Amino acid sequence: MTQHTPLHATHVAAGARMVDFAGWDMPVNYGSQIEEHHAVRRDAGMFDVSHMLALDLEGADAKAFLRGLIANDVAKLVEPGKALYACMLNEQGGVIDDLIVYFLSDTSYRIVVNAGTADKDVAWMQQRLAATGAAATLSVRRDLAMIAVQGPNARAKTWAAIPGAEAASTALKVFQAATFGDIFIARTGYTGEDGFELTLPADKAAGTWAALTAAGVKPCGLGARDTLRLEAGMALYGNDMDETVSPLDAGLAWTVDFKDENRDFVGKAALVANGARQQALGLILEDRGILRSHQKVFTALGEGETSSGSFSPTLEKSIALARLPLGVAAGDAVEVDIRGKRLKARVVKAPFVRNGKALV
Amino acid sequence: MSTPTELRYTASHEWVRVEADGTLTIGITDHAQEALGDVVFLELPEAGRSVAKEEAIAVIESVKAASDIYAPVAGEILEANQAAIDAPESVNTDAYAAWLFKIKPANPAEVEGLLDAAGYEATIG
Repeated sequence: MTQHTPLHATHVAAGARMVDFAGWDMPVNYGSQIEEHHAVRRDAGMFDVSHMLALDLEGADAKAFLRGLIANDVAKLVEPGKALYACMLNEQGGVIDDLIVYFLSDTSYRIVVNAGTADKDVAWMQQRLAATGAAATLSVRRDLAMIAVQGPNARAKTWAAIPGAEAASTALKVFQAATFGDIFIARTGYTGEDGFELTLPADKAAGTWAALTAAGVKPCGLGARDTLRLEAGMALYGNDMDETVSPLDAGLAWTVDFKDENRDFVGKAALVANGARQQALGLILEDRGILRSHQKVFTALGEGETSSGSFSPTLEKSIALARLPLGVAAGDAVEVDIRGKRLKARVVKAPFVRNGKALV
Repeated sequence: MSTPTELRYTASHEWVRVEADGTLTIGITDHAQEALGDVVFLELPEAGRSVAKEEAIAVIESVKAASDIYAPVAGEILEANQAAIDAPESVNTDAYAAWLFKIKPANPAEVEGLLDAAGYEATIG
C-alpha cells in the first residue's frame, strides 16, 4: 500500500508527476525539475517532506539515552530549539539512519528521521530503550506534516505567508528552531540555501502550502531536492551511507563526537577500531556524460566508487559524491567507468554550491 | 501529450518517420520525454554502424536517470543529430522535431511490423 502525505491531493491537483518514494506516493516534479532547482537557488521553493517522521522523546533519562544512541553528542545542545545532525549507528559502526535532533529541554527532544528507515529506526530506538531501561518515552508523530521552504527569499516569503511567523523566527540562528502556536519552525534544510522547515498539524498543511504558493514560493518535487542536496554536498541515506558504511568513510566524521571519552555510544568501539578506511570527496566529470551512483572510480591510489551522481543544474556539468582511497586529494585527475568507457573526472572538495554560489 | 498519426512507433517509445527515399528518421515520443523529465545528455550512434532490430544503440539521460534507445529495425546508421547532442533539452521542447538518428533499413518491409499511433497509445494506456 502506497502511503499519502496530508498534501497528496494538493500535489495531484497541481499536476505533479507522482512516483513511489520509500513507499510514499510523492511528487518528483511539477513540470521541470531544473526550473524548480533554480527557483530554490535564486528565489524560494518548497518541498513536501511529510514522509519523513517526527518523533518526540521525553523523560528524565532522555538526554543520557540519546548520548548513548547517536554518534554526535546532544550534551553540546544548551540553547532551546538548537538542532544537531547525527548518525545512529549499529554495533559494527554502520549507519542505521542519519537524523536531526532538536533540543527542547534536558527531558524533551524532537527527532526527525528518514521515511524509508522510519519503521526500522523506531524499532531500534524502542529496543534500546528497553535494553538500557532508560526512563524516556518515544512518541511517533504521524499526526504532523512537514514543509521545507528553501532559497534566498524563503524566510521573507514564509513571513509574508504566515501571519506572526516573522516575530517568532526572525532571531533564529542557522540550525535553530522555535515553537510558534502549533507550528515548529526550524532554520534548517537540505539544499545548501537558507530557509525554514515547518512542522505543523496535518490538517493545516494544505492551507499553509496554499498561502506559501500565493506568497510566490514555487512548489518543488523530490527530483530537485536531490540535485540541490547533491550540489550542497549533503549525504543521502541509502546512497552515500547505509548499514554497511561507517560515517568516517562517508564524509560524516564531523558528526561523530569523540570529545567526551567517558561517553559510550552504539558503534563507538567499531569506529575506534577501524578508523577511516576511505574518504568521501566530490567529482566533476570533464568528459561528456552523466555520473550516477555505483560507478567505479579509478585513481592513482586504487579504486573507489561513486555514491551519488547527477547533472548539476547550477554548474551545468555532471557531479558526484564518491568514496575514494585515502590519500586521493582535491585536484587529482581520475577516471570513471560509465557503461564500459573510462571518462575523465576531477576530484574536488564538496560542497559544489552553497548559498547560490559555485564553489568549485 | 501528442501521438502524430503519420509516424510509426515501438513499444519502447521510439517514433519512426519513413522518408520519401525509404530511409527512417527516429526519435523518442512525447510520452517518453515527459516520463524522463529534463533531458541533459544524449549518446548517439555513429554513422556507418550496422545495428540489429531492438539493439540498444543510444542512451538518453535526464536529470533523473539514464535510459537506452533501441533500433526499431535492422539497418545502417546514416547520421546522428548533432543539434540534439548540443541541445539535449530540445527533446523536451518538441520530441517530434528533435530527431536523434537516421537509419537505412536492411529490410524496408520490417517497418510494417511497427505500431501505428493507435497501437502505441494502447501500449501506454
